[in-house]
Amino acid sequence: MRLEPVVSPSALASILYPAGAILVTVVIASLLVLVAGASPFTVFGLVLKGAAGSQFALMETLTRATPLIFTGLAVAVAFRARLWNIGAEAQLYAGAIITVVLGTGALPLPAVVLLPLMIAAAILAGAMLLAGPAVLKIRFGVDEVVTTLLINFIMVLFVSMLLEGVLKDPMGLGWPQSQKLIADARLPRIVTGRRLHYGFVLAILSAVVVWIVMKKTTLGFEMRAVGHNPEAARFAGIPVNRVLMKTALFSGGLAALAGFSEVAGLKGNLTLDLSPGYGYSGIVVAMLALLNPLGVVVSAIFVAGIFVGADAMSRAAGVPSYIADVMVALALLTMVVAIMLTRYRVRWR
Amino acid sequence: MDRPRVPMTAPVLRLSGITKRFGPLTANDAISFELAQGEVLALLGENGAGKTTLMNILFGHYVADEGTVEAFGKQLPPGDPRAALTAGIGMVHQHFTLAENLSVLDNIALGTQPLLSPRFDREKARRRIAEITSEFGLAVNPSALVSALAVGERQRVEIVKALYRDAKVLILDEPTAVLTPAESRALFETLRKLTAGGLSVIFISHKLHEVMAGSDRVIVLHGGKVAGERRTADTDVHELAKLMVGREVLPPAVEPVPRGAVLMQLDGVSTAGPGVRLDGVSLRLHGGEIVGIAGVSGNGQATLAALVAGMAAPSSGSLSINGRPEAGWSPRAALAAGIGRIPEDRHSTGTIGDMTIAENVALEAYRSPRFSKSGFLNGRAMRGFAEQVIGDYEVKCPGPDARIRLLSGGNMQKLILGRALDGDPAIILANQPTRGLDVGAVAYVQERLLAARARGAAVLLISEDLDEVLALADRIAVMYRGRLSEPFSRGEKTTAEIGAMMAGAGSDGAAHAA
Repeated sequence: MRLEPVVSPSALASILYPAGAILVTVVIASLLVLVAGASPFTVFGLVLKGAAGSQFALMETLTRATPLIFTGLAVAVAFRARLWNIGAEAQLYAGAIITVVLGTGALPLPAVVLLPLMIAAAILAGAMLLAGPAVLKIRFGVDEVVTTLLINFIMVLFVSMLLEGVLKDPMGLGWPQSQKLIADARLPRIVTGRRLHYGFVLAILSAVVVWIVMKKTTLGFEMRAVGHNPEAARFAGIPVNRVLMKTALFSGGLAALAGFSEVAGLKGNLTLDLSPGYGYSGIVVAMLALLNPLGVVVSAIFVAGIFVGADAMSRAAGVPSYIADVMVALALLTMVVAIMLTRYRVRWR
Repeated sequence: MDRPRVPMTAPVLRLSGITKRFGPLTANDAISFELAQGEVLALLGENGAGKTTLMNILFGHYVADEGTVEAFGKQLPPGDPRAALTAGIGMVHQHFTLAENLSVLDNIALGTQPLLSPRFDREKARRRIAEITSEFGLAVNPSALVSALAVGERQRVEIVKALYRDAKVLILDEPTAVLTPAESRALFETLRKLTAGGLSVIFISHKLHEVMAGSDRVIVLHGGKVAGERRTADTDVHELAKLMVGREVLPPAVEPVPRGAVLMQLDGVSTAGPGVRLDGVSLRLHGGEIVGIAGVSGNGQATLAALVAGMAAPSSGSLSINGRPEAGWSPRAALAAGIGRIPEDRHSTGTIGDMTIAENVALEAYRSPRFSKSGFLNGRAMRGFAEQVIGDYEVKCPGPDARIRLLSGGNMQKLILGRALDGDPAIILANQPTRGLDVGAVAYVQERLLAARARGAAVLLISEDLDEVLALADRIAVMYRGRLSEPFSRGEKTTAEIGAMMAGAGSDGAAHAA
């Protein structure tokens, strides 16, 4: 078996293969469901119902999608310039810490002033956190995959230290959690009584802004040029290192917004389980979206829907909700293969 | 394709009706030919004529859509690279495949037995190599490290390596691309000895003179088809050129142009690496002249080009534009100084394959008010400029929004030319501007460079194709081991003299090497 490049991929292939990818994902997941002793039709029906079967389910899915949009955008921006930011998880927590520091009464300001201030501070915190690895990469050629990944672990332990120390809620009955945000520091809910909050609107706005930046501005042009071919970018007079630095600040800031939005919109305080790996899932989201900022919104909702739907399904059908992880992982793998197949032709022998 | 069989012996290699398609492109179209024992067959064709595809099929890297390959009367199974090797076909690639950190002996034995095995009998291998080298007069030192060898020696090692594997048919891909004229002559003598010893040789080339000098028979490929077959003794350069290109080829007409002021000046410039370092290079570029840099590949031409393009800065010495020394030299500074740059590698340096044609032609000027305003791109202006370049330079492409990756090398080069020559730059760096282009595109690029010279621009032409330098340049300087000779006027020195300079004659570098 060998691969031959296809000169110009056909439009049909670029629709057919991704559709096939989803089909393969469903088929393989069905086999696993069968192994778990349930009917795939029932299970997938329940997943669909749990993800989008009611207004409640849909809002839950969008709520879950919100942090994934931010981290997905962060990864998409960085990967587009070939800056391998694996540290969205840490940047998310950086944003969350700043949100708690500023939002628990330290700044007694009205919401119209306080919220923008917190957003700006969160962006700054995330940007600074990715600036370190970016400088190391640019100056000393240190692999940012390693540094950003390791900072994730440092950050989780750092949060743990804060929650057992200076940020610990004195009224928290000894639990490692921060104080609640003051009312002016909270993002309002979109519909009263539902969990969906204005963080989602912020996420959509961010996606549009990122799309405009990538598509319409000189910065986005530089980032794409550096990502596709740094050598040619340098030759054309693009300051490659400066572009990488800007990319790092941009990406880190976006990831930190996930932390801000989760604390100020949903949880109200900082705990150690703020993120069930949203930073890492952001990589999946961005890859599924082929790094397209608007595609990130779609793929974040897709991934969130599978997780939310699988939770509901596992309560009803008794199939472990881990099937959601399997499905997301399968979707990514098959999609990668599908993309390759649109560009290469497989020759047997 | 019918032709009289070579009568003496059965063919050692027979390709019958080989056809290979890549999507809409037919790279090989019913190609048939035979290789007789003891002959040197030249496979002549431009880049894109299908030579490489054909060799990939012969070696089982590609599977032909139609047709068969027979070696010594037996059909080779398609798609099996080992079959060609065991059938006794050896290949010497254009880019050598030697491990620099191993000795010549280990490189030759590599792949035939595990080097670290205690059963690997180095003495036996050494005797075998000695037999081969003495039989064919191929001087190699088995104990030397490959990293210490010159290019010509490395090529001999590659040949010995193929013979060590009992190759009866030797295929050389563009073997002279990295050699000086004298080394090329030595190579052809070696090939004669090999064929006298019963081997058969195919050598692939697009250089007419070499084909005339080194082969018994020529197969000319054009557009994936066999355009003709001649006995070398019965043909001449003009006929072969016509077959290769499909029409009559005329050399570019160089009109005399008055020489202008010094536009760019290098004074004792050295660089600090990476790559081959420049060592005290001095050069003046006048308006209205083309200065050609000749030299064997890898003697610092790439560094000189990087310097002029702004990709490298002098570590000592100075670079002046219009008499003003430049500090803080960078690609952007070079652009600001009005240097139009045609890079050596269209794919890795000149263009960004996954971006559109419009984005690529605006790549050097996207910050100018013409293409962007307060940070926002003017897509319409970029597309408009792309359309203008596409029209002016007759670029064949689907449109300004097509990804540039989809274009052929010639069309890509025209876009780069359009970008580099936009705004009539006073200084033009043309690094291997015609490499890999078909003859029509070559003529086009050369005409544009001559037109720039005629309007008073200074052109620095770096080319490994000595014929091109001799045809275009008003003055020529030879690069050898990072040093640049005194420039001399065209016609002042013979080709042989220039060849000797390319090999290091008259330079300090040669004294060191001797």
